[in-house]
Amino acid sequence: MIAQMYIMWLRQLKRYWRSKPRMIGALGQPVLFLVALGFGLGPVFQRAGEGDYVTFLAPGIIGMSILFTGMFTGIEVIWDRQFGFLKETLVAPVSRVQIMIGRTLGGATIAVGQGILVLLISLAIGFHVENWALLPLALLFMALIAVLFTAFGTAIASKLTDMHAFPLIINFLIMPIFFLSGALFPLRDLPQALSVIISFNPLAYGIDGLRAALTSSAEFSVVTSLAVMCSVTIVIVLLGSYLFSKIEV
Amino acid sequence: MVYSISVRDLTKNFNGFTAVNRISFSVKKGEIFAFLGPNGAGKTTTIKILTTLLRPSGGSVHVNGYSLKDKDRIRQSFGIVFQDPSLDDELTAYENMVFHAIFYAVPKKVYAKRIEELLKFVELWDRKDSRVKTFSGGMKRRLEIARGLIHHPKILFLDEPTLGLDAQTRNLVLNHVREINKKEGMTVFLTTHYLDEAEKIADTIAIIDHGVLVAKGSLSSLLKKTEKKTLEAAYLKLTGTSIRNDQASSLEHLRTRMRVWKK
Repeated sequence: MIAQMYIMWLRQLKRYWRSKPRMIGALGQPVLFLVALGFGLGPVFQRAGEGDYVTFLAPGIIGMSILFTGMFTGIEVIWDRQFGFLKETLVAPVSRVQIMIGRTLGGATIAVGQGILVLLISLAIGFHVENWALLPLALLFMALIAVLFTAFGTAIASKLTDMHAFPLIINFLIMPIFFLSGALFPLRDLPQALSVIISFNPLAYGIDGLRAALTSSAEFSVVTSLAVMCSVTIVIVLLGSYLFSKIEV
Repeated sequence: MVYSISVRDLTKNFNGFTAVNRISFSVKKGEIFAFLGPNGAGKTTTIKILTTLLRPSGGSVHVNGYSLKDKDRIRQSFGIVFQDPSLDDELTAYENMVFHAIFYAVPKKVYAKRIEELLKFVELWDRKDSRVKTFSGGMKRRLEIARGLIHHPKILFLDEPTLGLDAQTRNLVLNHVREINKKEGMTVFLTTHYLDEAEKIADTIAIIDHGVLVAKGSLSSLLKKTEKKTLEAAYLKLTGTSIRNDQASSLEHLRTRMRVWKK
């Protein structure tokens, strides 16, 4: 049972490792955001008395890269369907839940790896980690964001068989989740409506927790963030497993 | 247990449309069973039910003695080559084989030997470390057949295994199938549009049309019954010569629409 989940995990990693353009492509966007926004908006942020923008932004961009990578690897189920490999896994004497969990852990591992790379790049361009002893907590938040959104991607792809709907997902799910998460701006003194929307976005808690761990400044308490992230992740993994188990080929 | 597969009154409805209508047949252990029929006749639906990918609407099905409720046992007991490719193109031939072996819980000591034996059998051993995306259609087919055999299945399902292959490869694939059938005493359940193939290798032939079995028996009994000299002539007599597209158009539309909606 573990062996089947392991081989599914390993397959995800191998596929990712072999697709170098994908790895580089996935780094391009976060680096662009870090450099363009980090240095572009930095002076304004400083003048507003909020301190160093790169320091504020880096945890948000780490979260963003995990969000994107996780969602994309989850949605890969669509490709597996298109290229037929899904059938090979679904006709085997292995439960769907195991397949789904193996996949999700594989995708989440890749996403965390991507997040660590972005952290290293941030350090290179001037990001400071406040307290290195809290790194395990940061990694925990990264892992939670990764599992949550990989499972979410898998859940969507289980219901969706049309590749053409892909841009819709990016524009109407991934982008709003990212922009309405506090990755780019502080959550203080926002218009009421925006605040409410953001409080329903799990990524907001993930990024806030990550920011707390890396820079010791946060909007929510770490316990709140952790509790929200853990419960939402569990719900989404269960939902994903359910939808995945209902796939028909 | 004399029968590998026994099917009684199998029915499958899709929202009011009957794809398979009360068909009954048995496949003897160790035989090559060819399941023929025009496009949209119900072949793939039947295979999907036999391989637990679809639930029947009615009737009883036993595969290797297990009822459909015993999903995992059934799944462990057959190998399948689907109509469309189902390999992971990014992995190598060997990795695809190992993946399958682990998914079917074959112990490492066993699968290392078995994979080597099978890859040599389908003449792909020297390409084992190449990624599947560099393979031709024929090589992929052979690899899929080898993969389907790793866990020593008792039945091998082949859904149009020679579709789109050149004459040489078709011949090679058929020879492989016959050889496995002889060597391992494995039951083979085959669908194909190439009637000469069925004529060449099948012990029993069943013909399905509009979801109903129209004939079943050995080649000679089918020829006798229809008073024809070739399987093709017999087949056309039984299923008619009209092209399915015109007549099936509304039906096909319905199916396509259903496929879209289901998703």
